[in-house]
Amino acid sequence: MMRALLLAVTALFLGLFLALPLAAIFGEALRRGWGVYWAAVTEPAALAAVRLTLFAAAVAVPLNLVFGLAAAWAVARFRFPGRSALVTLIDLPLAVSPVVTGLMYMLVFGLQGWLGPWLWERGIEVVFAVPGIILATIFVTLPFVARELIPLLEEQGEEEEQAARLLGAGAWQTFRRVTLPNVRWALLYGVILSVARAFGEFGAVSVVSGHIRGRTNTAPLHIEILYNEYNFAGAFAVATLLALTALGTLAARAALEWRTREAV
Amino acid sequence: MSIEVRNVSKTFGDFAALRDVSIEVKAGELVALLGPSGSGKTTLLRTIAGLETPDPGSGDVLFEGRPLSELPEPERKVGFVFQHYALFRHMTVFENVAFGLRVRPRAVRPSETGIRDRVTALLQLIQMENLARRLPSQLSGGQRQRVALARALAIEPRVLLLDEPFGALDARVRQDLRRWLRRLHDEMHVTSILVTHDQDEALEVADRIVVMNRARVEQTGTPDEVFHNPASEFVMDFLGHVNLFHGRVESGRTVIGGVALESPGQPEGARARVLVRPHQLQIERAVEGQTALRARVVRVQSAGPVVRIEVRSETGETLRVDLSHDAYELTPVQRGDEVFVKPREARVFLEDYSI
Amino acid sequence: MRFTARVSNPGRAPGFGLSLGFAAAWLGLAILLPVAALAAKASGLTWREFAEAALSERALAAYRLTVLASLAAAALNAVFGFVAAWSLARYSFPGKRLVDALVDLPFALPTAVSGIALTAIYSSGGWLGGLGLPLAFTPAGVVVALTFIGLPFVIRTVQPAIEDLDPGLEEAARLLGASPARTFVSVLLPALRPALLTGFAMAFARALGEYGSVVFISGNLPLKTEIAPLLIMSRLEQFDYAGATALSVVLMGGSFLMLFGINALDARARRNAG
Repeated sequence: MMRALLLAVTALFLGLFLALPLAAIFGEALRRGWGVYWAAVTEPAALAAVRLTLFAAAVAVPLNLVFGLAAAWAVARFRFPGRSALVTLIDLPLAVSPVVTGLMYMLVFGLQGWLGPWLWERGIEVVFAVPGIILATIFVTLPFVARELIPLLEEQGEEEEQAARLLGAGAWQTFRRVTLPNVRWALLYGVILSVARAFGEFGAVSVVSGHIRGRTNTAPLHIEILYNEYNFAGAFAVATLLALTALGTLAARAALEWRTREAV
Repeated sequence: MSIEVRNVSKTFGDFAALRDVSIEVKAGELVALLGPSGSGKTTLLRTIAGLETPDPGSGDVLFEGRPLSELPEPERKVGFVFQHYALFRHMTVFENVAFGLRVRPRAVRPSETGIRDRVTALLQLIQMENLARRLPSQLSGGQRQRVALARALAIEPRVLLLDEPFGALDARVRQDLRRWLRRLHDEMHVTSILVTHDQDEALEVADRIVVMNRARVEQTGTPDEVFHNPASEFVMDFLGHVNLFHGRVESGRTVIGGVALESPGQPEGARARVLVRPHQLQIERAVEGQTALRARVVRVQSAGPVVRIEVRSETGETLRVDLSHDAYELTPVQRGDEVFVKPREARVFLEDYSI
Repeated sequence: MRFTARVSNPGRAPGFGLSLGFAAAWLGLAILLPVAALAAKASGLTWREFAEAALSERALAAYRLTVLASLAAAALNAVFGFVAAWSLARYSFPGKRLVDALVDLPFALPTAVSGIALTAIYSSGGWLGGLGLPLAFTPAGVVVALTFIGLPFVIRTVQPAIEDLDPGLEEAARLLGASPARTFVSVLLPALRPALLTGFAMAFARALGEYGSVVFISGNLPLKTEIAPLLIMSRLEQFDYAGATALSVVLMGGSFLMLFGINALDARARRNAG
């Protein structure tokens, strides 16, 4: 009895907030048929937006991957003054509103900002241009790899690394052959989260992009423009691409979790 | 290879893990570092491995007379078996054992067939040839232990260091493995140092035992020496059950209740602690002179290799007496009997010592 | 340096200078520099400028809506998320693994996509909006969007706590004569409270700064359905950086207070557990 009631409430709540929105995305996208859908997805502006989204992620995520490894190594393997401040800073992007993030980058790189005029004189545009989008993407994806790795490295401890060193392996050999393989799934998961976040970032990118169609439009921004032009079918068509990426992320996560659980 | 630890101290923050410790290990010896947890034995082992550096200004670890700190890492060739094995969890048994060979610089690395032959030989030695493709998570504790040992042996170590190698295993597996380890050592003669808190293990396996307590070495000696000739009350207490009596030195004898023991050279009037092992006590029905304590039998347990008798003495101590079954047959006692307990041997320590 | 390892000691992890140097430089460029720019801009404002932007009637209405809608959304999540976490942790039902994986959808789905999807559902003439639930363009619509994006937090903190509960707790309470309801209220709920509080606080903190999913469903009517991040955005579109900065300071102040609160809750939970 209790079980049926609780399961019913769960089904209603998750149905309303998870299943229904997902259904709405695909339903709205296909409301006017596959032809309209295909046209909206392959339209040049949509393709350009997708390309820019992929490009920003392709630059930001590898950089944050290297950062995440370095930060996790420093935090998990050493004690030093300012260590907890470092950890707090890594979490900061999760606590800052995306709109505020955009504002902060405007204040640094905008024409009235700190570095903007200097860069402008040298012909380098940051805000309202592709570099701004990349910077905003770097900011919002910065925490993920580091946050996955720090607890894992701490939990695994140093003994395997010490064993490798005593067996004659050098520092890099130990890192490459012992440390890295031991954290590879967490690393992959951190990358997947970063990519998902990079694809989806809206508020911060919206502030720094300037919305120049075909040039500084990412996929989420393109959705906004189409939506505001009442081109709902087009907006939802592009949205399905991002929704599929999101579902892929969830599937990858579930698979990785199974994998780690099996390994234990 | 011989090892010498000379006046090494090691502190972690405020905690002194080693205070001015010196030991010597001869080439080919198997030495046990024995002590309770926190006594510094693991720190000493890790210092010998080069995993910890002695405090600046204190002594050094010497490998064949050369300071460890001046010896480049590749020349140290330390085989180390971690307490929890530290096997590489993502590598198979084979790859774990092969690791030390694979990471060598190309010039001194064996060929692929050379590596395979050597690893196979080691897996045969630990009787695990058919488990070569397993991952560490698919092995039992005893098997992991043996893989850890084979991995350490693969680099042909000049010294083999084992940190509580049997600590995480069942009693039965532990017994088998330590006999196996002793046989292995007799075949290979690698200088070996093993850390343990189990006195039976140390007594059974080691050529010599270093007893440690509170960051210092209490005594170094053969198993016979430390067991029969303990240098301190701590050593005696740690190496097996003891009965403790409180007494006083009177004209060259230590007096406990109705017993006087010869103890020449002790300061007159000093308070003394007298330690007697259970097998050094015997039970009598009657007694002559000041040679035995009056006591009442509290419990008799005759199931087991010895008959264990618990008595309460006239001075209020609860004592344990271990008799052989033959000896017990001669003077069988029951709960409630009045008897006399007579120490055949005892060790007297003056009171200022405390455990 | 005191913290670097000597190369001759394999017991010390290497690479301290390299890893910390790179991490610190990257954090400095990507995070500290922009934050410093915001702080500098904020400290350059006069009190008048600050008050005009951050304490205007429109701003106060925006804060009120932001906080109240976030609280309402976090509360909804606390109640229904708890039930969902209970179902996922204790019951088995067909499709459970799929549902379990889908719970993280709001983390993975771009906020703009969530925004237009929710709007399509709740606008009049929409999927549910047509059935007498035209919540879009009202404060209730804001609550719907914030509930959606905060949904995983409570479930993901409470679910493992339920799984880790010692089954002996319940059995002991039952054997001592407590009714199921009594067992839940006096034994299980207190044990789960720290996790529930943490989940609630995280959902609330996330809701405070949310922009993408709300912008579509709220309608952005000043004084009525405009949340603080939207107000900042509209200041930015007018190139009013001073005004945007003043509002951001208030918003970030709120977020940091929440962050500290969450950390304190976490620390307390860990102390009690240990």
